[in-house]
Amino acid sequence: MSRTRIVITGIGLTAPNGNNLQEFRNSLLEKKSGIKMKDVRYMGDYPAGLCEFDETKYQKKKARRRGTRAGSIAIYCANEALVDSKVDFDSMDKSRVGVFLGITEHGNVETEEEIYQLHQNNLNVDLWSHHHNPRTVSNSPAGEVNLNLKITGPHFTIGSACAGGNMGLIHGAQQLMLGEVDFAFAGGVSESAQTFGIFAAFKAQGALAVNEDPTKASRPMDRDRNGIVISEGGCVYTLERLEDAQKRGAKIYGELVGYAYNTDATDFVLPNTERQVECMEMALKKAQIDKGSVNIVNMHATGTKAGDINEALAVKTMFDDCENTYVNFTKGHIGHAMGAAGALELAGNLPSFDDHMVHPGMNLENMDPECAMRNLVGDKPVELEKVDTILNNSFGMLGINSSVIIKKY
Amino acid sequence: MTAEEVKQVVLDIISDVAPDEEVSDINSAESLRDQLDLDSMDFLDIVMELRKRHSVEVPSEDYPRLATLDSCVEYLTPKM
Repeated sequence: MSRTRIVITGIGLTAPNGNNLQEFRNSLLEKKSGIKMKDVRYMGDYPAGLCEFDETKYQKKKARRRGTRAGSIAIYCANEALVDSKVDFDSMDKSRVGVFLGITEHGNVETEEEIYQLHQNNLNVDLWSHHHNPRTVSNSPAGEVNLNLKITGPHFTIGSACAGGNMGLIHGAQQLMLGEVDFAFAGGVSESAQTFGIFAAFKAQGALAVNEDPTKASRPMDRDRNGIVISEGGCVYTLERLEDAQKRGAKIYGELVGYAYNTDATDFVLPNTERQVECMEMALKKAQIDKGSVNIVNMHATGTKAGDINEALAVKTMFDDCENTYVNFTKGHIGHAMGAAGALELAGNLPSFDDHMVHPGMNLENMDPECAMRNLVGDKPVELEKVDTILNNSFGMLGINSSVIIKKY
Repeated sequence: MTAEEVKQVVLDIISDVAPDEEVSDINSAESLRDQLDLDSMDFLDIVMELRKRHSVEVPSEDYPRLATLDSCVEYLTPKM
């Protein structure tokens, strides 16, 4: 059965170490960290990844005041992607445009702030903001994009923990395949670094990274890693059907040839190697390609002991006999951008189709023997003869797994 | 508070609620909504800020009294 072909025609992003694809890519190749110390409410200084994009580049101050940080990130990324796509948006039927964004969580930032203010106001509930509800409804980050760009087609967020970025991309593609929309903004966003609760919870779990030097705190696959660095970020793609993109002569970054998602059904937080392997296998099957033709596998690799070891085993199970498959990870540079991670980390690898470079990881100084594998790009970038296919993994709590495969077009 | 001080209080709140607007250009006798990009949510914000900052209650039936800067001052001065 022939399947509708979906391509990426625009990319907008903000990461702790770059506010567009070129900046981000350069930072990844040059191993420029985006992690700094953040004064976390009630807790003190912890390493975190914060973005420094211009919030009012595409948004009025009042809209920013009414909305959320996640919405602001989404608006910035969607507008950047739109500009990058060079589509004639003014003449497009806006009822045929959709916005589909993955999120890890939404509403914690606003709720924490309201509770904080409530205590400052002697528990006077009459001072609770009427903005609380529109800011905390779970469709909010996507809906803010529709408001900003006057898009009257569908919008929703895809709650999928840290697989959010991949899941937003997949859902956008599916909406195009179903014929529900003709143009999709799809990806993921996260404002998680603005809430203390997520820091406190990872600390209680023994999974919050600490290091005197914040740039050294996130160290996936390294023997001395001690947890996750929490980051904010966003990455939104414009997606189109191949024939539509071709008709208007669009630049095509790559084709989404395969994807898969499944569930561990074994634990709230601990990963499951077997299900991760199944997820990658399903994505390859959908893409109808042999695993040996994958040039880059981007790991989810968060820097937790259990997460890295389980995923390393899954990737080794899949690719250890593939001499032309290289493996990298991105969270050493930018920390864990939660709902944005999948989409953002994929974007960081897409320029490899043109420059054939595999960006290195960061802070991998002493390889954890349990994570060691063939062709892991840990310290320096590696130049390949060609890069045609990238597989991007993103996994999350409650056992959600996702893999996407992008092929050079 | 004097009428002038109340006027400044209202202008400060409007500046925060509508940060894209230039409040120094406001004609105090004309409708605020005709001059500024203000909607019903913004008016709720103004009422909330009056409550929060100055413990002034504005019941919903009195919202029309906040239509112009002059009417704000006239209505709020006895309460502040």
